[in-house]
Amino acid sequence: MSVSWWPTLRRWMRLPERGWFSGGAVIVTLVLLAGLVAPWMAPHGYDEQDLTLAVQPPVGAGGTWSNPLGTDPLGRDILSRILYGARVSLGLALVAVIIAAAIGVTLGLVSGWVGGRVDAFVMSVVEIQLSLPYLLFAIAFMALLQPSLGNLVIVLVLRSWVVYAQLVRVAVLSMKRREFVTVAVALGAGDWRILFRHIAPNVLASALVVSSFQLAELIIVESSLSFLGLGVQPPMPSWGSMLSQSREYISSAWWLVLFPGLAILVTVLGANLFGDAIRDAMDPRLRGVRAGEVSELPAAAKTSVAPDVVQSAAGRQGARA
Amino acid sequence: MSLRVLRRAGRALAALIGVLLVVFVLLRLSGDPSYILLPPEATDQQRAAFRSHYGLDQPLAVQFIVYVGRCLHGDLGQSFSFQIPAARVVMDRLPATLELTAAALTLALIIAIPTGVLAATRRGTRYDRAVMGVVLIGQSVPTFWLGMLMILLLAVRWHLLPVSGRGTWAQLVMPATALALWLMALLARVTRSEMLEVLSQDFVRTARAKGISELGIAAWHALRNAVLPIVTVLGLQLGGLVGGAVMTETVFAWPGVGTMLLDAILKKDYPVVLAGVMVVAATFIVINLILDLLYGALDPRMRRA
Repeated sequence: MSVSWWPTLRRWMRLPERGWFSGGAVIVTLVLLAGLVAPWMAPHGYDEQDLTLAVQPPVGAGGTWSNPLGTDPLGRDILSRILYGARVSLGLALVAVIIAAAIGVTLGLVSGWVGGRVDAFVMSVVEIQLSLPYLLFAIAFMALLQPSLGNLVIVLVLRSWVVYAQLVRVAVLSMKRREFVTVAVALGAGDWRILFRHIAPNVLASALVVSSFQLAELIIVESSLSFLGLGVQPPMPSWGSMLSQSREYISSAWWLVLFPGLAILVTVLGANLFGDAIRDAMDPRLRGVRAGEVSELPAAAKTSVAPDVVQSAAGRQGARA
Repeated sequence: MSLRVLRRAGRALAALIGVLLVVFVLLRLSGDPSYILLPPEATDQQRAAFRSHYGLDQPLAVQFIVYVGRCLHGDLGQSFSFQIPAARVVMDRLPATLELTAAALTLALIIAIPTGVLAATRRGTRYDRAVMGVVLIGQSVPTFWLGMLMILLLAVRWHLLPVSGRGTWAQLVMPATALALWLMALLARVTRSEMLEVLSQDFVRTARAKGISELGIAAWHALRNAVLPIVTVLGLQLGGLVGGAVMTETVFAWPGVGTMLLDAILKKDYPVVLAGVMVVAATFIVINLILDLLYGALDPRMRRA
């Protein structure tokens, strides 16, 4: 990338130079683009019904090129709905990840730096949340408070903020005792300056890795809730709700089951691969290890920063749909 | 030791109170049940009578205390649609869910650990790369879609297994496998990376120098040291297993708490929804507590922590 702010940002965030152009990055970018250009690229509208064309098979199985991936029971074009679905599914997950990161990173920074009662409170909330089966509560929440996009984003943010808070707090705790922070304190730097100028940049790179794993996670959570009818509501297409509508046709129209699921699989795979690639570039020793999977020493015992913090604190623990 | 147990039990208790609070808040936010349960033509007087009968006219704090007191006595409210205690509705379904999760957990452990150990001992080989590829996909497939694909192929197309339901062994195969795959992938990955870590340590080199076979080293010396982290990860992922179970049950019409939950949601039978959440969460918290205490027993170093 030849953008001038990019190297500055990269250096500030302590991001690796290599590792960006992985297959995962390509996949996620393509899906994102597909969602963005859906109105121009999609052959039909997402809720354009034509009952005379209901349940048409895809090309290669007796269908025509006007509906390359076939049609659903209302005669809507599957390809168009998948493209628009990218908007909804990836868009919702992205928005939720960004909000969760903002909340979680801030709370983690404050909690780790201030310590004392604030820390105890934030961490007990985190701990209680992590000790509950998330999806169960997400289901109850959506069922009782009515499924709306706003509620859906709230539920997704609730899933992820804890991961960031935990990760950042552990990193701050281990950095508090390091020389560069002691020196900054001795030189008279204020709390905010130390947090945002010295500590935050060391944490953001790990937070980015976590973000791509969380993106994968939230896409799955959203599609699960939509599959249960508790997420995105018709006629708005989400990959999960498309699968939910395909259930009755499982024995007669396989394409209704196959394509939306493939869209989820490919996107989630892309996000996971992207996270793996940046993490490996940050620390090649971690190759083949996923966040949260490595021996969890008591968090405070970890003395080093950034990359290995990812493995200790940023689990994919809790909900998995 | 006892201090650790006490502290851990205290945390479990806090989590339980957290569950009660969340459930109570959700219940109150969901609106006035008199509008759901009474016919629309009911008079205001009838609604008022209904509210006072269920104690809904009391202040929220009082309602919460009454609610906690009831829960402690095992009374999780009355099912709107069945007119029997909500706790009974849930308890009737709990065994099916436990059976499914236990089957999936066993399957995941039996397959993942040997696979991970072998992948670690053959690091970089074609086998290792194949395993890691499958692991990556296994971690990216939504459980419910995997279930649908299995129904599509194994039941509809090839008629190998029954589509859904519970009762025979054949009916357990697909749901258990669908639920297990994600956990299997995760555990294989953890086992592999832990084994790699342990296999690079000095005592393994010593064992090699003594002439013990590679497999002997892996199975006897290394795996024992890799077990603790595997147990930890397993504990952290149990919540995911519960969520996965709900999804799997819906796809396969498995008559467990998950299908009951969705059913109750459709009927707006909120006491049953919340009783389901509560019972499953409580079971989950207790199992986690046991696992944690077991962890202390497995690793003497943890007892001092």
